[in-house]
Amino acid sequence: MTGEKLAQRSYYGKALAELASTNPNVVVMDADLAGSTKTSDFQKVCPQRFVEVGIAEQNMIGIAAGLAASGKTVFASTFGVFATGRCWEQIRLGVAYPKLNVKIVATHCGISVGEDGASHQALEDMAIMRALPNMVVVAPADAYEAYAATKVLADYNGPAYMRMGRADFPTVLPEDVKFEIGKASVLQEGSDVTIVGCGQMVSYCLEAAEELRSEGLTAEVINMSTIKPLDKETLFASVGKTGCCVTVEEHSIIGGLGSAVAEALCEEKLVPLERIGTKDTFGESGKPADLMVKYGLTTADIVEAAKKSISRKG
Amino acid sequence: MSDITVAELENIANRLRLHAVEMTYAARSGHPGGSLSAADMMAALYFSFMNHDPKNPSWEDRDRFVLSKGHVAPILYAALAEAGYFPVDDLITLRKMGSKLQGHPVRGKVPGVEMSTGSLGQGLSMACGIALAGKMDGKEYKTICMLGDGEMQEGQNWEAAMFARQYGLTNLIAIVDRNRLQITGDTEGAVGLEPLPEKWKSFGWNVIIIDGHNMRQILEALDKAGNAKTRPTVIIMKTVKGKGVSFMENNAGFHGRACTDEEYPRAVEELRGLIQ
Repeated sequence: MTGEKLAQRSYYGKALAELASTNPNVVVMDADLAGSTKTSDFQKVCPQRFVEVGIAEQNMIGIAAGLAASGKTVFASTFGVFATGRCWEQIRLGVAYPKLNVKIVATHCGISVGEDGASHQALEDMAIMRALPNMVVVAPADAYEAYAATKVLADYNGPAYMRMGRADFPTVLPEDVKFEIGKASVLQEGSDVTIVGCGQMVSYCLEAAEELRSEGLTAEVINMSTIKPLDKETLFASVGKTGCCVTVEEHSIIGGLGSAVAEALCEEKLVPLERIGTKDTFGESGKPADLMVKYGLTTADIVEAAKKSISRKG
Repeated sequence: MSDITVAELENIANRLRLHAVEMTYAARSGHPGGSLSAADMMAALYFSFMNHDPKNPSWEDRDRFVLSKGHVAPILYAALAEAGYFPVDDLITLRKMGSKLQGHPVRGKVPGVEMSTGSLGQGLSMACGIALAGKMDGKEYKTICMLGDGEMQEGQNWEAAMFARQYGLTNLIAIVDRNRLQITGDTEGAVGLEPLPEKWKSFGWNVIIIDGHNMRQILEALDKAGNAKTRPTVIIMKTVKGKGVSFMENNAGFHGRACTDEEYPRAVEELRGLIQ
């Protein structure tokens, strides 16, 4: 039910477990974190096509490349920091360059990982994955979209990265949401400001739009669940109407959604832009909710950024 | 092709060497030293041991070869061309803009190249994935991965070595080209690898040590490795970097440079002299 608090990774695991019986080519890999990433749901029903590599992410990606070169559709999972940074060059050479059919699916992305601290809080993963040619980058807005995206990625023949959070958070989309690579969706129409979000921040964007409405401002909220390729058409159509923009991501403002949108706007449709995300900083240990406040990732921060963006219009 | 004679294979190996020297000279760059040390094994693989079909590079039951030491692409390209994957005349385009023969092998560009390599330490993991897929699918094919010795300094190899043992990849053969030289010089003076056989043994592999320029030993080792029943096998072949050209032998300088105008005719003459 929309609004229910659900973990994306649980729905990733559910989708994988279903793929076990519907797609005989799917192989799922993990690096000692199957219980956390929920790839264990696949392992339970299909142990013969589950590959535990131990704590060896670089090896995992190399093996994934070899499996994919032999006709397998590979899902390789671990936490965001280890799934991207630890083995980035293995992904570059082994997966992205030869366009192999490997899906790197990370959980525990963003500062809301909480108590584990900066070593485990992936805030640069989208930036480094987006820089790789041939790589699709996806950050679903909720558990339902994570489920839908997993199914779509299984049918997509090529490299992709999908990031998810750790926590349960409110769903914002209908349970039967359709996901399409490279297609953003307008969740709410408005005319004063475009708020583009991805991942769990989309729910905050919708809350911010509510608050703005109470102040007489209407915000158009876009769920940019594919960061690469960026749906410029939807973005430009929206800012053409609103004349200003805010991006919102649980990721550094360097290299992720904010950068992708800034690049597109600067090159083709210049409007004022404010970016919500971590500001060139590492995270730290703490309760997720407290960290979201400290690092400027709250509904109030989005509202403020929206007003600033509106005020900068000519 | 199993009835090919040792003398014929030795001849092929020297032809591959000649190609590698010609190609790198034409490109004015590349890695001839390690190409020459690997030449005898490459000839044995592509002209005797491997079950493959140059006219059907994606034949699903083919044996797979992964060149983890991707910088010796010239010797791989030479073997593929001589085997019939593409015209021998193409070899001279090595490293030139627009050529399929990139400085390091690229999957999808060259028929017969299974994986993109060139960044060291990654080929054995890829080979593990291919071998594992073979096991999952009940296929009989072998996966062969050639590694440089200096490359063993990359930790990922040892991750892959542990994995191969754990998953019982008896269909996987690693070959270490133990020419003892890396760019810096002696491997043991950089970060030493010895005792290398003991390292592999302790990781649960069969270890076969051979003279990598003795064709009979190469063929015997491959035959033995191909019949492994319980463990993956590594063939550590003792070789000479630059083998076949007197002034290139044991010369780390030829790791990553081609012959000069002055050296080239001498190298060609020496290699032609080896070909019957």
